[in-house]
Amino acid sequence: MREVKILAIVVFFTAVTYWGVEPYAHSQMHPHVAPADFGFKEMEPLHVNGNADNGKLLVEANCIACHGIKSLGLEAPMSPEDAASSYGVVPPDLSHAGVIYDKNYLAGFLKDPVRATKLSHKFNDAKPYAMPSYGFFSDQEIADVVAYLQNIVATKPSDKGVFEEACGRCHSMKYDALKAQTPSASMKNYLGAEAPDLSMMIRSKKAEYLSTFINEPLKMVEGIAMPRVGLSEASQQQVIAYIEKVGDRKKAERESLGVKLIGFMAIFTLIAYLWKVSIWKRAA
Amino acid sequence: MAQIKKAEGFIDWLDQRLAVKAFMRVMMSEYWIPKNINFLWAMGVVLIALFAVLLVTGLLLLMYYKPDVALAFDSVNYTIMQEVEYGWLWRHMHGVAASATFLIIYIHLFTGIYYGSYKKGREMIWLTGMVLFVAFSAEAFSGYMLPWGQMSYWAAQVITNLFSGIPVIGDAVVIWIRGDYVVADATLTRFFMLHVVLLPLVILAVIAVHFYTLRFPHVNNQDSVELDFEAEAKTYKEGRVKESNVVPFWPVFLSKDFFVVGFFMTFFFFLVCYHFDFAMDPINFEPANSMKTPAHIYPEWYFLWNYEVLRGFFFDIGGIAAMDIGLIAFVFANTVFFLLPFLDRNTMHTAPAHKRPAFFVWFWLLVVDMIVLTIYGKLPPTGVNAWVGFFAAVLFLGLFIVLPIITKYEAKKGEKA
Repeated sequence: MREVKILAIVVFFTAVTYWGVEPYAHSQMHPHVAPADFGFKEMEPLHVNGNADNGKLLVEANCIACHGIKSLGLEAPMSPEDAASSYGVVPPDLSHAGVIYDKNYLAGFLKDPVRATKLSHKFNDAKPYAMPSYGFFSDQEIADVVAYLQNIVATKPSDKGVFEEACGRCHSMKYDALKAQTPSASMKNYLGAEAPDLSMMIRSKKAEYLSTFINEPLKMVEGIAMPRVGLSEASQQQVIAYIEKVGDRKKAERESLGVKLIGFMAIFTLIAYLWKVSIWKRAA
Repeated sequence: MAQIKKAEGFIDWLDQRLAVKAFMRVMMSEYWIPKNINFLWAMGVVLIALFAVLLVTGLLLLMYYKPDVALAFDSVNYTIMQEVEYGWLWRHMHGVAASATFLIIYIHLFTGIYYGSYKKGREMIWLTGMVLFVAFSAEAFSGYMLPWGQMSYWAAQVITNLFSGIPVIGDAVVIWIRGDYVVADATLTRFFMLHVVLLPLVILAVIAVHFYTLRFPHVNNQDSVELDFEAEAKTYKEGRVKESNVVPFWPVFLSKDFFVVGFFMTFFFFLVCYHFDFAMDPINFEPANSMKTPAHIYPEWYFLWNYEVLRGFFFDIGGIAAMDIGLIAFVFANTVFFLLPFLDRNTMHTAPAHKRPAFFVWFWLLVVDMIVLTIYGKLPPTGVNAWVGFFAAVLFLGLFIVLPIITKYEAKKGEKA
């Protein structure tokens, strides 16, 4: 049983080395952070029930001057290029905002966008955020707007749809022929950094990291220009699913082929073992 | 000219022209290997299998790869990984096999040290093996640059910059290597040439020489006993196979190797399909960006012990800059393994480490120290980590300085006994 003992020694030292350079080193380089908070607890929750009819009036009077609502046939008033040069970034279409974003987040965002997005290191009185604050609305009015936005969502958006509305204003997805709505020169001017293409993000950052990062980028990278977008847990999962579909398209093939390759080699090994035993019995 | 007769069959036809039967005898059925070995003796064949995987997958990848900074990243991550049928498989196999090759090289190398297979007539085996180690290192480094991701770029930046430490001509050498003042398109294209042409040619040639160097001193065995191979072969050929201490390379030795290769490749395909991040760093899936330095720059795991010897010296000593001490230590670490047969002063005595008490301690200290260097080579070099790295680097240098002393002492004791 000398061979087994030697194998145990080899496996032990290999495992220690692996543990040191992979799980242990990564735990040291990327200290653990609290999991994503989808309750948006630091923002005051809505405690009044919204009235969608009144919300409709408020949205028509306040929002559609800048935002489109394509699902209702309302195109954005400006072309993306014009909007980007006027506001710095293309304003989002509101067709699915009511389901893509968390309800409490939406309310907090309307009241104080810079606080909700956690971009106070980028925007202030000298450099105002593109979306004005609706802090002068009463809680009831805020709730009405949110209720209306929820009300107009007829069909659940696709994974790609969520990505386009929530991420696609700044980020491109080259491997799915999706170009950011805001031109990259405007982006750089607006946030001080280019928004990276997200085609390979699933391989470079991994789903686990993304699930915390998207919810609160600042928690993971100090001083980053990316806003907290305020996705609900379900829509964030849709975004990650889409990023994975584009960046790791062959995952299913890889995982099903793996079993076959391992099985093939296991059978090869078994036959090789039997052959070895028979040869060594005769010839050694 | 040979007497050509009407051939009795295809093999005979070939044999009359190429002496294939004699060739097979010399290379295979009458190439004698000691019987008293364990699976560690199969590592050479495992390496050949991995090299074959690298060669074949490399050729397939070469059909779609584009060595141009504007195209490289997408040709790898989009064309190969997504568009080409099973392109992802060839890339994963190539990347994982590169890492696995180094794991097996280290096992192979430590096996050689443990059983004393580097001395007493086997020096050339050791030296050609070390040349292969260096050639594979250069091959791995140049290959790592090709996907043109963040780590490709920044590792190239850091490693090529090391040459600026050469006195007087350092800065000129860096520019000469890069083909530009910074790591750029010229650098990528020339490393592509090295990776796919020059270095593979060198590796193939040195593998052949490495095999050749084995023929005269013969393969060692696990008790490091000297065998009379001619007598043992005679016994074997007379049919007294149980009494003989040797077996032929084919089919007896290889039948065991096939089993070991199969065992290892089963694990290999698990890594290829389910556990590949250790060999394909996620950071390298971000396109190279000269304006954005990654938070942590580190080489692949198999270069970490080397890297830690370099950066372990983080403070100036006696007026010499930390960087210069590190570079000297780095050069020392990269050459000292070549000198191993000559640092072992007990030249005429070969035995496995467990029969050489002082050497046994030395061996395991070396293994543990290199693992410590490897792990701390990846950790951020701050606080206590920097000091662990420093002492591990000092221990590494110290081990090679004391080796001649302990082996000389061992030789003297051996003479008395």
